[in-house]
Amino acid sequence: MLIVNSPVKEIKEIQKDIFLQKIYSPEIAGQIKPGQFLNIRVSETVFPLLRRPFSICDVEGDFIYLMFNIFGEGTRILAHKHIDDTIDILGPLGKGFNITDDFDLAVIVAGGLGSAPFPFLTRLLKDKYEVHSFVGGRTKNDVITYNLLNVQTATDDGSLGFNGNVVQLFEKNLPSFKDKRIKVFGCGPNAMLRALKEVCITHNINCEVSTECAMACGFGICQGCPIESTEQSDKYLLVCKDGPVFNVKDVII
Amino acid sequence: MSKVDLSVNISSLKLRNPIMLASGTVGYGNEIAEFVDLNKIGAIVTKSLSLKPRKGNPPQRITETPAGMLNAIGLANVGVEVFLKEKIPFLKKYDVPLICNIAASSVEEYVECTRILNDEDTIKAFEINVSCPNVKEGGLQFGNNLSAVGRVTEKVRAVTDKPLIIKLSPNVSYIHEFAKVVKDSGGDAVSAINTLVGTAFNIFTRKPKVQNVFAGLSGPAIKPIALAKVLEIHQKVDIPIIGVGGIMNWKDIVEFMIVGASAVQIGTLNFIDPTAPIKIIEDLEKYCLQMNIKSISELTGSYII
Repeated sequence: MLIVNSPVKEIKEIQKDIFLQKIYSPEIAGQIKPGQFLNIRVSETVFPLLRRPFSICDVEGDFIYLMFNIFGEGTRILAHKHIDDTIDILGPLGKGFNITDDFDLAVIVAGGLGSAPFPFLTRLLKDKYEVHSFVGGRTKNDVITYNLLNVQTATDDGSLGFNGNVVQLFEKNLPSFKDKRIKVFGCGPNAMLRALKEVCITHNINCEVSTECAMACGFGICQGCPIESTEQSDKYLLVCKDGPVFNVKDVII
Repeated sequence: MSKVDLSVNISSLKLRNPIMLASGTVGYGNEIAEFVDLNKIGAIVTKSLSLKPRKGNPPQRITETPAGMLNAIGLANVGVEVFLKEKIPFLKKYDVPLICNIAASSVEEYVECTRILNDEDTIKAFEINVSCPNVKEGGLQFGNNLSAVGRVTEKVRAVTDKPLIIKLSPNVSYIHEFAKVVKDSGGDAVSAINTLVGTAFNIFTRKPKVQNVFAGLSGPAIKPIALAKVLEIHQKVDIPIIGVGGIMNWKDIVEFMIVGASAVQIGTLNFIDPTAPIKIIEDLEKYCLQMNIKSISELTGSYII
């Protein structure tokens, strides 16, 4: 966990309204585990005041990649950085995906910008495991398949791939994974993660999801990002510190 | 040796410099210690402690506003017993005055918490959070009621000889009346101010952005209000004041001291740049040298009006 000023090296719009930013940060890049996040201060002024949490999309040597859309003032400023402008990064933060469990097929289930953490995970898994990706969105413009493998898509409006949501698509494909030990890695809106949890628990599938919550500090002091635990009803877990990745058995989404 | 004397006193509490880390922005010290050498800080104030552990509010607990943030954490904390057993051992390793902040829902609970914590030598002072609902009296906050603030101060005073600081609510018409009650009831100092009550709504869903609906506003947006409250107290009541509200840099600290603060607390800034307090201490020293100030305490109440 470090705070460093790192220069932006490239910004590209990989598809309509989705930006990929390459940052040179050898100090942080070497420490990152898949599923961890960075908390970024986009401006030294007081508006926006707080850091913004971003999934780490990919790591390549000394470079970190972020994937984001323009959602508010913070992401607008970030998207308009010039090459070699520095950004103030706090990270890497949180607990990432566990890729040491016993499985031979990794299944990625992503909704919308929920694809963001998976290029790095795919990079780490692809040589050792079979990786399948189910990617969904409201329309074809919301489906992000950047650097994912064996992709099947779903859209709510039927404009691309399966007509329905991505969890339905995943469930429909479950019979084809029969006889394999699978592990599911999910990220997306809470409603999608809830549905994914239900399917995985019903079929007794090991599943980890990356969750999201408004937060200030990103390292446990503000207590701003609670998530309900299935084990302990008398206290919350924190998305920033205990997560953002949780096994679906451990949290109520 | 430093050429400037940065030390300040709050009643019998001696601080190596006027910078305290505010309650609720440093947890119980362990996370922030990764970024800050606590031995260089004036004092740290724990997250509000209550007699029993509190789960706190469900999400969403925070949202950002222009130059500020709203929070309604709901006083989530481990409770005094777990604090003593599990959190104190870490804090004992540091040479930094530890101030315990206490939150409660009855006068008796404030007293009981203080009594339990009082025997621990590591704890050098108490800060009482009176911005809590008084369950026995219809849930109205202690902090908005002069006689309730007086009663809490007096009853807690009776069980401790350690410095007793009352953290005042700004959501009142005349904050100096509360500071006067604290002084008259045996309190040693006041912290001013706690957060201002605010809210924010999503215009598309028409729902509140923070689940609790009402939340506490902090950050640079509240600094002018905090300065005015500190000045009001300083002009009317002779009691040490700890200035709190929207401090982002050393200049803000100088401004708080000029209007009457003996020390200050850094809060929201810890979420944004947890390394800032150390840089600020160095900058304060430079300012004092530049202004030929031998002791930083000369600044307190040095306004020219």
